[in-house]
Amino acid sequence: MRTAARESERKRRGLKDEGRVRGGRLPDLAVDLGFLKLRNPVIAASGTFGYGLEFKPFVDLEKLGGIIVKGLYFNPRPGNPPPRLAESPSGLINSIGLQGIGVRAFCEKVLPRLEGLQTPILVNVCGETDEEYAAVIDFLNTAQRIAAYELNISCPNVRKGGQCPALSPDHTFSLVKLAKETSRRPLIVKLSPNVTDIASVARAAEEAGADALSLINTLLAMAVDVETRRPRLANIFGGLSGPAIKPIALRMVYQTASSVKIPVIGMGGIMTGRDALEFLIIGARAVEVGTANFVNPGAAVEIVGGIQAYCREKGISRVADIIGTLTTG
Amino acid sequence: MVRVSGQPYPLLRRPLSIHDRDGDSLEIFFARTGLGTGILAEKRKGETLDILGPMGKGFTLPKAVKGKAFWLAGGGRGIAPLYFLAQELQAKGGRPRIFYGGRSEPDLPLLRRLASRKWEIFISTDDGSAGFPGLVTVLLEKELARSVRPAVIFACGPDPMLKRVGEIAAEHEIPARLSLESIMGCGIGACWGCVRRIRRDGAPDWVKICEEGPVFSGNEIIWDGGKTPSPSSPPARGGEKMGPTR
Repeated sequence: MRTAARESERKRRGLKDEGRVRGGRLPDLAVDLGFLKLRNPVIAASGTFGYGLEFKPFVDLEKLGGIIVKGLYFNPRPGNPPPRLAESPSGLINSIGLQGIGVRAFCEKVLPRLEGLQTPILVNVCGETDEEYAAVIDFLNTAQRIAAYELNISCPNVRKGGQCPALSPDHTFSLVKLAKETSRRPLIVKLSPNVTDIASVARAAEEAGADALSLINTLLAMAVDVETRRPRLANIFGGLSGPAIKPIALRMVYQTASSVKIPVIGMGGIMTGRDALEFLIIGARAVEVGTANFVNPGAAVEIVGGIQAYCREKGISRVADIIGTLTTG
Repeated sequence: MVRVSGQPYPLLRRPLSIHDRDGDSLEIFFARTGLGTGILAEKRKGETLDILGPMGKGFTLPKAVKGKAFWLAGGGRGIAPLYFLAQELQAKGGRPRIFYGGRSEPDLPLLRRLASRKWEIFISTDDGSAGFPGLVTVLLEKELARSVRPAVIFACGPDPMLKRVGEIAAEHEIPARLSLESIMGCGIGACWGCVRRIRRDGAPDWVKICEEGPVFSGNEIIWDGGKTPSPSSPPARGGEKMGPTR
């Protein structure tokens, strides 16, 4: 399968045979998640790329490996009151509250406008209850143009006192199982870093049938205004993202990739091609780029360029060959 | 949206309004209020600045401008985009009148620049160190009682000032166009961080002001619809008004 993917990718690029990089050929950036082949390993992360359309004026969407659109609940959702953002050293704390347009508006107003795009569109699926997750998936199952779902198990659950499923291996297992049974498409499960043992949650998701895992979501954080002695976010807590979290993300992606057999997609503070390469080297099959999109709408495409430049410089013909090549000891 | 540095800290771009235009060059006018604007203030001639813009929906010129009066009220650094707007109005034959208020005279750094124009200028300071002693909104209301009413009132400044301008305009049935402020993450509608409470044909909603604003009609803005920074709280980091005029 992997070879077939490369073959078609080469055909698309007009390359005939196995390219030797030093001969000036472009390295093959294609990666394979098993259920989905990507032209390159860089995916725009949910919640940082809008519904894709917002970035059309700034970037060629066909240069991305994939796009994960902003998390969808079943109904439109108002989100949290402002202030919703607080900048911190090399980071951003947000408490948007998953404001969104709901599945119906997404299918009727957004998806048609992404028609013709070759880049896989993935949908981040949210729910206040397990049943809502299933309802969102059920609704989206009938829509065209969706390559896979990313299950956002970090949504506050109204039946569990606001605790999100990601914090418990048991709840993760039962929710992923339900989602998998409902889904007609591959299911990526997005894990939260706010746990003591990421491997146990990762294994629970794998056992429940997840096709892949993605991590890390944001780290629970807060910031205080010392002038007013008030929290800088109306919601008091928010999620920290950006370069500040990359070392933690790397550690958790490494631990996860070492504990499961399904593909792992790494994210957390990736700003450059070299940041992305760190995640690939420790075993991530692909990466998601998030906060960098806010700073520079062209960030994800520039990261693809950075990975490509690294491969050329090192004489690596296929980026897939880098995955999981960390040398220890 | 201005990126002040290629380094990861400060991470985000700063929302700044266009202050003036001259051929191919743009001018931005900002207050040094934090780390981001501090770095920006250190830039020297010849350096390159990474800018995205103009973004959002700024002040727009009404269809009929010629011969009409327009009042522009700026609070503190909120004056920045109004300078550009006044020039555009004047170029189309409009008659801009500027209200410029601050805490004290040093808070009104554009006084001399404004005076070099042939606009009517009304100054106020909270401490009376220059012009009318008191709030710029009080001055505006006083002038409204004895002048020909303007076709539109444009304003940019802190929330309490904008709220009062909106009220005054509504009382006199004059359209108000107000430029709101919020902490902005991206400026392109992707992060959903900069929302304010806005009513548009129907129920109030949290609306991204980077995309659908930052300029709104006075009657669209809901001032008590949700928690917004209290008047005593310091401005957003970098905290400059975003109000590109188009």
